[in-house]
Amino acid sequence: MSEPILELRGINKSFGPVHVLHDIDLTVNPGEVTALVGDNGAGKSTLVKCIAGIHPTDSGEVLFEGQPTHIKGPRDAAELGIEVVYQDLALADNLDIVQNMFLGRERTKGGLLDETDMEQAARKTLASLSVRTVKSVRTQVSSLSGGQRQTVAIAKAVLWNSKVVLLDEPTAALGVAQTRQVLDLVRRLAEQGLGVVLISHNMNDVFEVADKIACLYLGRMAAVVGSKDVTHGQVVELITAGRSGDLGIARPEAATI
Amino acid sequence: MSSEEASMTDTTETQEQETPQQGAISDFGIDTTSQSTGEAVRDYWARVRGGELGSLPALLGLIVLLIVFSTLSDTFFTLGNLANLLQQGASITIIAMGLVFVLLLGEIDLSAGTASGVTASVMALHLIHNGNLLGGMGDTVFYVFCGLLVLAIVLSALMKIWAGTALSAVALIIAAVGIPANAWLEMLLAVCVGAAIGCITGFLVARIGIPSFVVTLALFLVWTGVVLQFIGQGGTLGLRDDTIFNVANGNLNFTGSWALFIIAVGGYAAVVLTRHFSRLRKGLVAQPTSLVLGKIIALAILAAVITYALSVNRSPSDLVVIEGVPYVVPLVLVLLVVGTFVLDRTSYGRHIYAVGGNKEAARRAGINVERVRMSVFVIASSLAAIGAIVYSSKVGSVDPNAGGGDVLLMSVGAAVIGGTSLFGGKGRLRDAVIGGAVLAIIRNGMGLLHQPASVVFIVTGLVLLLAASVDALSRRRAANAAR
Repeated sequence: MSEPILELRGINKSFGPVHVLHDIDLTVNPGEVTALVGDNGAGKSTLVKCIAGIHPTDSGEVLFEGQPTHIKGPRDAAELGIEVVYQDLALADNLDIVQNMFLGRERTKGGLLDETDMEQAARKTLASLSVRTVKSVRTQVSSLSGGQRQTVAIAKAVLWNSKVVLLDEPTAALGVAQTRQVLDLVRRLAEQGLGVVLISHNMNDVFEVADKIACLYLGRMAAVVGSKDVTHGQVVELITAGRSGDLGIARPEAATI
Repeated sequence: MSSEEASMTDTTETQEQETPQQGAISDFGIDTTSQSTGEAVRDYWARVRGGELGSLPALLGLIVLLIVFSTLSDTFFTLGNLANLLQQGASITIIAMGLVFVLLLGEIDLSAGTASGVTASVMALHLIHNGNLLGGMGDTVFYVFCGLLVLAIVLSALMKIWAGTALSAVALIIAAVGIPANAWLEMLLAVCVGAAIGCITGFLVARIGIPSFVVTLALFLVWTGVVLQFIGQGGTLGLRDDTIFNVANGNLNFTGSWALFIIAVGGYAAVVLTRHFSRLRKGLVAQPTSLVLGKIIALAILAAVITYALSVNRSPSDLVVIEGVPYVVPLVLVLLVVGTFVLDRTSYGRHIYAVGGNKEAARRAGINVERVRMSVFVIASSLAAIGAIVYSSKVGSVDPNAGGGDVLLMSVGAAVIGGTSLFGGKGRLRDAVIGGAVLAIIRNGMGLLHQPASVVFIVTGLVLLLAASVDALSRRRAANAAR
């Protein structure tokens, strides 16, 4: 197994009196899809935001490519090569695909936008992800379907030679065929050697693309299991009860004795 | 439901069959093959049907108005009136151009009109009192005025809008040093004061977070009062200066007119053709060469006809000669070209569109949203000051009503009639020019038909209403097309 690209050790995070994350450990390996599952309020989104630098952590270590790092803001995360694709798509409807993909990081030549260069780069990225559903990279985002938008949002994350991509429920609002497109894309990201973290509520999606499943239960990491080693039912138990058989958090009774 | 899904998978399958894996580029087949003229036209038509109307309705309206007025009135299509029309519409058009920047963010600047009145009266005071603003304004008013300029410098520096800082500083220096009157200096002062006003408006909207409607409504009242204070109830400040008078009333000479024609058309052709062939060379999708050439030739012919018409003597009497392209034409053209360039070809312009389209997406992309929001108000007020110079020059004086009345509403109307969306994110600078032309033609043509002001206002209002409904309906259409 290759060296983990991103490693979290003992992450704690509180919002005032509410302790949201308890000693979270998580490793993300390049070329693997790690699914992050858990019930509502388990802390999935908070964990992603901590990694992305939107929330500062209270304690704990973050190692990126084996080096301890401090991520203070979204800029730091982006510089390391960590990109987040948010649940509510961060795309501007009135711009076209190329303009959206380069938003905030436009390529310029002599102070002016280098449109041809950006267009070629955008097309290359979409092609490398085998995106075939978009007719033209100059299509306005407002005329794209939900799946196509999600595709653009993911491609935007890939464009920056990112090493870790975090996807927050990328298929939540999509139809059957569109979910298919996005899951294929997620798989291809991993095949390109990126570390992928996928947050999802949909067990079918998780079992289809994930190599590893990390279950959060009330802010604690209940278990990190290989997706081939567990059944559907076991994961659901881990999500709802925090334990399943000898997997998961030890029973409170056992701990007190 | 199930049949729908079935058809959906069908289309995906056929799409995949159509595009076998022939390598990367073939995935965007439509993108790389150059289009034929027919395809380009059909593409354009499809976009229009999909709700992306742009300035098409306004252009059609413009043509209809031209035909209607030239059949109804004998004097409408005369050379003298043509030039007159351009000079009448220029100030509204320029203020509207500034408002386009604000409207692109989905904001509004109701104070642009009266702010322009403030700049005009400062300009007139400086001219009349030979640079002695202290004497012209009185002690208290002058110190408050300087205090506000300092405030504008501080606020813009705080937000790192250095252009605003520099212009406000120039205004402060001109005001404090008391350099003797000079027409160019006065015009510079007006623009700088405009920028300073924009810094204050922008800061209140972007940083303090007061809705722009309220901020600019309040400032609309404030600036109305300030203009009254500067000029005095019932007073009028005369602008007796040839340079200032010529801004709106002067013309380029014969050589200058044709030089302008060559520079404008040549420059347009050079820019368009360079981009076109560079795209073709790199294998990117481009409009067919014949269509591009056709557009350039059509524009060149139109420009040549207008230049020719304007360079003929149009004086009604034999005693004076009036010929040449009015100065306002190159002025509006330069502002249009520079502004369009900023919006289309720089990161800053791209960020304006992004913030107008989806503020949250822009923020997440690392764009300094507050700075962009503040800066558009600086641009709007600066351009409003240029508009103020033009309308003051046209009438040769500044009265307490300067920039009040319908100036602001006509400017917003011009931008909206041209196709700028009030919802933000959609619009171009040429919208302001086309919309300004529509409004100027209505006012001018109605005047020639001896219609009372009541009818002119009603017709203008109805045209604006029509334009706003076209915007709303096309948005709905575009939203439906996306589903």
